This record gives sequence, C-alpha cells and structure tokens, in this order.
Amino acid sequence: MSQPADLVPALEQELLELEEARRPSRFADRLGRYAPAIVLFVVALIAWETVVAAFNIQGFLLPRPSVIAQTFVAELSVIVPAGLFTLREALGGFVIGSLLGALAALATARWALVHEGMMPFAIAVNSTPIVALAPIMNNWFGITNPLAKMSIVAVIVFFPVMINMVRGLTQVDAGALELMRSYAASEISVLRRVRFPNALPYLFSALKVASTLSVIGAIVSEYFGGSREALGVYISQQAALFHFAEAWGAIIVACIMGIGFYLIILLVERVVMPWHVSVRSAVE
Amino acid sequence: MNEAQPVVAIRGVSKTYNERGDNRVKALDDINLSISSGEFVSLLGPSGCGKSTLLRVIGDLTPPSAGSVQVNGKSAHQARLDRDYGMVFQQATLYDWRSVGKNVQLPLEVMAYPKAKQELRTRDMLRLVQLEEFSRHYPWQLSGGMQQRVAIARALAFEPAILLMDEPFGALDEMTRERMQMELLRIWSQTQTTVVFVTHSIPEAVFLSNRVVVMSARPGRIAGMINIDLPRPRAFETREDPRFFAKVTEVREVLRREETQVRS
Repeated sequence: MSQPADLVPALEQELLELEEARRPSRFADRLGRYAPAIVLFVVALIAWETVVAAFNIQGFLLPRPSVIAQTFVAELSVIVPAGLFTLREALGGFVIGSLLGALAALATARWALVHEGMMPFAIAVNSTPIVALAPIMNNWFGITNPLAKMSIVAVIVFFPVMINMVRGLTQVDAGALELMRSYAASEISVLRRVRFPNALPYLFSALKVASTLSVIGAIVSEYFGGSREALGVYISQQAALFHFAEAWGAIIVACIMGIGFYLIILLVERVVMPWHVSVRSAVE
Repeated sequence: MNEAQPVVAIRGVSKTYNERGDNRVKALDDINLSISSGEFVSLLGPSGCGKSTLLRVIGDLTPPSAGSVQVNGKSAHQARLDRDYGMVFQQATLYDWRSVGKNVQLPLEVMAYPKAKQELRTRDMLRLVQLEEFSRHYPWQLSGGMQQRVAIARALAFEPAILLMDEPFGALDEMTRERMQMELLRIWSQTQTTVVFVTHSIPEAVFLSNRVVVMSARPGRIAGMINIDLPRPRAFETREDPRFFAKVTEVREVLRREETQVRS
C-alpha cells in the first residue's frame, strides 16, 4: 500500500508547479493593471489645460497644469527643503504615535480592566478632529518647535493604531488558542506566537492609514503657524499672496510625500508578512 | 491490552452546560470508560451526543461537572501540564504566518526543545506524513488533506502519550478521507500512540478502531461498546471484507436500538 501513498505528494507538487507555469508574466500583468489609471491621469491633465484656456479662467482661480509645472521646477529649491522639514515632523509624530499606540494596545489586550476603561475613550477620541488642538500645542511647545506638530501627528496616529492592534490581539481563532492551551503554553508564549502575529495585518492596515494621516496632520497643523521652513506655512503664505501656482506646486510635494510614505509602509508589510492574503498574489 | 493500568480512566463523568442558568444542557451523563495503552478507540454517535465534549473533558479543555478523568494515574489537568496530549481538530488550525515546517515545530518551540532536536523532530514528522518537500510552503498553498496531515505531524511532534482527534477528516471529501484513514493507521502502527478518535461515520470508526464506543444523545451516554477484531494491518481490501460489513451492521444496530428506545 505504500506505493500509491508515495505517489500522492509527487502528484500534488506537480499540480502546484503547473499552476505556477500558467500565470502570465508579471510585468505585462502589472502594466495591464495600471494602464487605465495612467490614461485617465493624462486625459484629466489635458482636459484641465484646455478648459482653463478655452474659458479664459483667471490664474489665481485655477492655474493651468503647464504653469504649475513651470513654477514647480522654478521653486524646487524652496519647496523640497520645506517638504523635507514637514516630512520630518510627520515621521517623528508617526513613530511616537504608532509606538505608544501599539504599547497601549498590548496593555489593553493583556488587562481586561484597562480594556474596559480605555476603549470607550479611544473610540470617542478617534472620531474627534484632533488637528483642532494645533493652536494649543503651538502654545505648549512653541510655535516653531517641530515637537508641537509631532505631538499633533502622534495623537492623530495613536488611536487608529491602538484600536486596530487591540482588535488583532483579541480576535484570535479559538482553535489556535486551544491548541496552545493543549501545549500548556505560557501567556507570553501565546502572545508571541499567536496574538502578535495575528495582530500584524491589523497593525499594518492601521499604519497605512496613519502614514497618510500623519502628512495631512503635519501640514494642516502648520496652517495654524509654524517655522518659515515648513511646507504648510509656505502653502498658506503663497495662497495669501495670490501665488496659487506656487501653492499648487507645494501641494504636489505634499501629495508625493503622502503617497511615498504609504508605499513604503506597503513595502515593509510585504517583507514582514510574506504569508498574508494581501501578498499572496505576488508570491504565488 | 494492559488491563491493569489504563492510560485513560474515566469514572462517573457528567457535564452540564449553563449549570446555573435557565437553559441547562446535560451534555454527558455518568460516563465510565477505560482506554489501554496503544489502543485505538473511536467515540461514535449522532451530533449532540456529547462525543466532542467527552474528548474535550479528557484533554482538559472543558472541566467536567462531576466525576474524574485519570491519565496515566494523574488528573487530566496535570496530564495537560505534562504535555501528554496531542490534539487534532476538524479544522487543521495551522498558523497562516508559519510555514509548514514551522507549524510542525510550534509545540517543540513552546516546550523549549533544544534547537537541533526541534529541527530533527520536524523533519522526521514531515517524513512520517510524507510532506517533506513542502516544509517551506505556507498552509494556504496546501490542499485540505495535506493541511490535516501537517496537523497530525504537529500533534505527534512532541511524542504525546495520547492523540485526541475530533472529527479530523470531517471536512474532507470521501476519497481523501479514505486515503487519510490509511495514512493514520500507518502512522499509528509506527508510533504506537494511544488514539481517541471522535467521528460520526460508522465505517470510519469500524475501519480504524480496536474498539468503538457508541454514544447516544441528550444526555450523552455510552450506549454500547463493540470490539473490532478485524485483522491488521487493515487495507483497502478490509472495506470489502464480509467481516467488516458485519461489524458495521453491529454498530448500526446498537445506534438504532438506542434511537427507538429514546422515541418510545
């Protein structure tokens, strides 16, 4: 009877390989997927340009994309350092907020009492506009101190990270926990081998949201005043002077920073969780 | 069979869920059962007969309301702490974030085996279930039957005294199921582990077991025990043997007798 049983794994291996061979090449696949978005982007730019020219819309209402592009290049030496200054605030706040959020989640998941006490507030605060605290933070830390903006960003990031992480730590498959129980595993072992890995996808979906939120939070809190080197300050000043092409140029930088930050988190996610559903199509 | 010192001794075990609530459910009523070393015992019965509950009581995942379970002369609780149980559930319950090899290695990590021993045992176990070349695959890349083989390898990795299996092949198709039954018998004969196997399939229980414990529902009681003295090793031909059919009929009779009694 051992012969057919030996054949089975070999057959299964063969099936897996066949499936792999059937997949189309990855590059062509990707290009095909992004083509509609690229076409839409180009069409939108052309439409914008022609509409502004055709209806003779004033530059201070809506500058033409070509003008924005020219100004963008001319102002690069100002916008890019401003962007980096703001990015540093966003990053600092992101790191502080995520770390504290994850730690709070660990405490919350571990002690039921902390959970009962904290979660209602966490959920409540999560739906309040935290940027509104910006003037207060400016007052506490000093208007030009990057810490004022970092603390706003940290508070913005803290709650989604914490709430998601708590979910990931507690919503664990009952069978996975019973298995550990049958091994008489310690609570630390369960945390390390079951709860934490289970929470990783939740954590990363929170970090992806937090990455864009942190750039938005930093820029918007700069509207309430800040260092002259900051991107948010630059945008509000140029807009006040009716230099809208410059403001648009700075917005492009903000946009690139937000997307770039998001993509970096996405990349880290793929490296950290090669097993996850969201990564499967790429690994297969 | 070693009658003097049973591996599992269940005496007067009852289990009532929601004991203090309004909707009390009596799942088990006065169960007495001894299982000897190296025996393959099936708990068979309709759904709701408490067979899974009994398995969970043996494995100290659910406390009994009354009675005692002794495992190798210890309480079930102590036996769990001593890591005497290997568990296999209906779902393979493999951890998504671990490769097949790392899943098998999981109990060895938890139990702090030396690193070299961990790797050696993992390799041996994967060889035992014939999945060596899938060590680096992730669970989702495997079929249902392969996943369940990994779960069996994981359950046996730390050489537990007893293998507790709760409808492990219940989610598999008929063909895979029969192949897995063969696999399990081969593994059982190689490891000499005591197996308690929960199922609601009569042919499955008869094909695998030394002894079939037939249970009846509401409250869960033992309706009868049938020794299955079919020759071993059992193979494909066993299922076509008239003695196999005779045993299947015998078990079915016990189940039917119980049912008519309950109705009348």
